[in-house]
Amino acid sequence: MPSLKDLRSRINSVKSTRKITQAMKMVAAAKLRRAQAQAEAARPYAERMQRMLSSLGAAVASSPNAPRLLVGTGRDQVHLLVVVTADRGLAGPFNSNVSRFARARVRALEAEGKQVKLLTVGRKGAAFLRREFAGRFVGEITMLGKKTVGFADAEEIAARITAMLDEGGFDSCALIYNRFRSVISQVPTEQRLIPATVEEAGGRSLDAAGPQAMYEYEPAEEEILNQLLPRNLAIQVYRALLESAAGFYGSQMTAMDNATRNAGEMIDRLTLNYNRTRQANITKELIEIISGAEAV
Amino acid sequence: MAEGTFQLELVSPARLLLSRAVEMAVIPSAEGEMGVLPGHAPMIVALRGGVIRVRENGQETERLFVAGGFAEVTPTRCTVLADEATPVATLSRSAAEERLREAEAALAELPADSPPERREAAMARLLSARAMLESAEAA
Repeated sequence: MPSLKDLRSRINSVKSTRKITQAMKMVAAAKLRRAQAQAEAARPYAERMQRMLSSLGAAVASSPNAPRLLVGTGRDQVHLLVVVTADRGLAGPFNSNVSRFARARVRALEAEGKQVKLLTVGRKGAAFLRREFAGRFVGEITMLGKKTVGFADAEEIAARITAMLDEGGFDSCALIYNRFRSVISQVPTEQRLIPATVEEAGGRSLDAAGPQAMYEYEPAEEEILNQLLPRNLAIQVYRALLESAAGFYGSQMTAMDNATRNAGEMIDRLTLNYNRTRQANITKELIEIISGAEAV
Repeated sequence: MAEGTFQLELVSPARLLLSRAVEMAVIPSAEGEMGVLPGHAPMIVALRGGVIRVRENGQETERLFVAGGFAEVTPTRCTVLADEATPVATLSRSAAEERLREAEAALAELPADSPPERREAAMARLLSARAMLESAEAA
């Protein structure tokens, strides 16, 4: 039976925990709103980029010297997985979900006899995957100390990927991140970056625009494509980073909301316990006094 | 959409800056300034650093600096994908000078045997920074 003093200090400690989780929830909610707005703002660019790329890609993809960013190396042996997680924890299953998804992918690819390379964005995923796949790491990027994700960060990552491709470091590249479905639901998703996926969008836009959608290109299509593809890569990465950031805050908000509620329940339970113990003590003292008085 | 106009959209990775019907837009394509009117032949062009000028109701209403990018032109629509876009009025001269210095330094540091694409990219950045400074001074 814990003493009254013990119970009192437990209650106080849980109360201060609740204060912290409540504050974190509030902060996460505010940041979520900002991250969501940023993700929304990036969408029009990405959509239009996709549209432009699909019309261009259809024109160039069949030619033999199509850029590697578009068609890959033609082999399918070495896979680069870019895993996007958060730098911080305390966000429920957010980081472990995407890390576990990535681990399953690595295992599946290696079971097929492929070689896998890993590039992680965010500290948490790196820590998780390093335990098992330390030998496959080619790089680690963290966003620690940055307030918001900037397009420049995405460009940097894209530049690294492009440089690796030019050196022949991999044949196919995919991005693994938490897609933001809603505040309470983030879905680990794999998205192929290289070779670029343009087919489906191409078919649709050609139908919509009709046969007159034959563009003139200035400068030549290949040259435009050479500029456009790295941009496209950067914007895809940017989008994933933003979605992941929004998802992180959503997940953190939910986790902190639960923690706050649990702390509240615990306080109620402890308080009840405290009052019972106090009452028991009083009763015991009364009995002692009465039986003492009777004995006299 | 009113007669004699087309839909102009200007987007940067950060946001959608402009989306409305205009009469004419002058965009800085990589091979020279290009005026876009309704019914323009479909084109996809690369942009260099420069100023997009927008005309509505017979007047120039908007001037925006873009630091490069692409534009897709169709008879009814013109979509500009800018790497970065800022209204000319809010351009800061010191930021432009800073960028110009950085671009010059980057070009100077480039090793002599670097591939021509890299050299061209650095050159394009320098020209874009110069255009930014010019438009900042003109504003």
